[in-house]
Amino acid sequence: MNDLIIIVTGSLVAICCGILGCFLILRKMAMVSDAISHAVLPGIVIAFMLGSDLDSIWMLVGAGLVGVFTTFLIEFFHRQGKLQTDASIGVTFTWLFAIGVIMVSYYAGDAHIDQDCVLYGEIAYVPIDPIITDSGSVLGPKALIVLSIVLLVILAVILPFYKEFFLTSFDPAYAAAIGISATIWHYLLMSLVSITTVASFESVGAILVVAFLIVPPATAYLITTRLHHMIGLSCVFGILAAILGYYIAYWIDGSIAGAMATVAGLNFGFVFGWTQIKKARPVTSPPISQD
Amino acid sequence: MIEQVQNPALEIHDLTVSYDKKPVLWGIDLSVPKGAIAGIVGPNGAGKSTLIKSVMGLVPLSSGYVKIFDEELNTVRKRVSYVPQRESVDWDFPASVLDVVMMGRYSKVGLMRRLRKADLEAARYALQQVGMEKFEKRQISQLSGGQQQRVFLARALTQQADIYFMDEPFAGVDAATEKAIIQLLKEMASQGKTVIVVHHDLQSVATYFDWIIMLNLRLVASGPTEKAFSQELLEETYGGKLTLLTEVGELMKKGQYPTREKQ
Repeated sequence: MNDLIIIVTGSLVAICCGILGCFLILRKMAMVSDAISHAVLPGIVIAFMLGSDLDSIWMLVGAGLVGVFTTFLIEFFHRQGKLQTDASIGVTFTWLFAIGVIMVSYYAGDAHIDQDCVLYGEIAYVPIDPIITDSGSVLGPKALIVLSIVLLVILAVILPFYKEFFLTSFDPAYAAAIGISATIWHYLLMSLVSITTVASFESVGAILVVAFLIVPPATAYLITTRLHHMIGLSCVFGILAAILGYYIAYWIDGSIAGAMATVAGLNFGFVFGWTQIKKARPVTSPPISQD
Repeated sequence: MIEQVQNPALEIHDLTVSYDKKPVLWGIDLSVPKGAIAGIVGPNGAGKSTLIKSVMGLVPLSSGYVKIFDEELNTVRKRVSYVPQRESVDWDFPASVLDVVMMGRYSKVGLMRRLRKADLEAARYALQQVGMEKFEKRQISQLSGGQQQRVFLARALTQQADIYFMDEPFAGVDAATEKAIIQLLKEMASQGKTVIVVHHDLQSVATYFDWIIMLNLRLVASGPTEKAFSQELLEETYGGKLTLLTEVGELMKKGQYPTREKQ
């Protein structure tokens, strides 16, 4: 039973991240997700202080706000200061993360929040942390429930507005010209990335969530030609990593999240190798005509 | 030589655009008649693309205003179409030709609505117009430069707009595509649509455009090609690069306009 809960939790992280990650890498913003995953730390701590417990809803809201703030700062330094985007990312997230680290160390005495838990997470603890209602009945593991809600939120935003996300990712200037503001969809996507990061951090940690956001979509990108196929396939690769990763971790008695991310990386390696071999083969079909 | 027209399709009044307090367009004041194919020419960095972008509301204006069919852009947006520079997007994006062309229908369809069969038909018709109907399923990364440009054009056509702004549609396309595009533009103009094109090749100006806008940060000329496209104004627009201009001038005198070489 615990096996199943852990695998399902890992798969939920993989699906949430797989969907959003596709848009991130197509917008050439993969490293913004890295920034957000670190920068939400102060948001988590503030929410924790307000909510007295690692209260999930407050934490999602707090992190969502900090995530949007991070994205805004990155844009702001880039636009106003003419700073390169990557330098702007570097400045923004290390600063916010550092504030988070100070806050965590300051409050660590009276809280069960610490750097290890935030950075690395521990998916093995998911089954032993249930949500219990006031009447005493057990609803189920907390991370599982929170991640399910986040997945529903993501679907509720992406499905009806798929074409807007598609267009603003491909050609933001044209989108703006026909009256679809790229900015709104940009910030909406970034808020989704932020809440996903926070919902996932307890299970896989702030560092490895980036692996789930980037690696399966990057793998799918190599072998797909349509966006919806890419999204579907990146979810499949993510789930595969969650299942295989769990059993590998069980077998070597190591970190589960680490094993899942490692499998995702190996997966990428195999697919990359396969596409290279395919490319190296002699052309058998006639070349594409130029007219 | 700046000729103003009555009841214009596009009217730009006292437009100034600056990046970082450095003006890139200064005091532009022009109007373009309905049904014209207008070319915008000028040296690199003259602000040709910026002019189109400021009309489309993509860059902030420092001063002045733009009116399309005597209205603000927002009220007539559905009658306006835009073809960005081909290099402005990533052609390795996982999308098919049809996916991209269908984007032209998004504003008509509206938020949260799905595309319908009529939109698909409009997209297929546009692909036919640019001679790309056989390529609708192909991934956009597998297209040549000319084919990419045709896809962008088809996307704009599906909007069924009344005025089209095109940013260098002839840049890096093959001769066949260039010919096909200009034919299409002439057809559109004969239906009363207005087309405004950023253009680089001075040799084809006289045959392609019936209205010409010459730009070099300031507006040098705006008027009918036969009046405005003169040696003197070209020199004013392009400054010192006279050798090229004399050649063009010679060609203009002889009335010969050699076709472009195949790229």
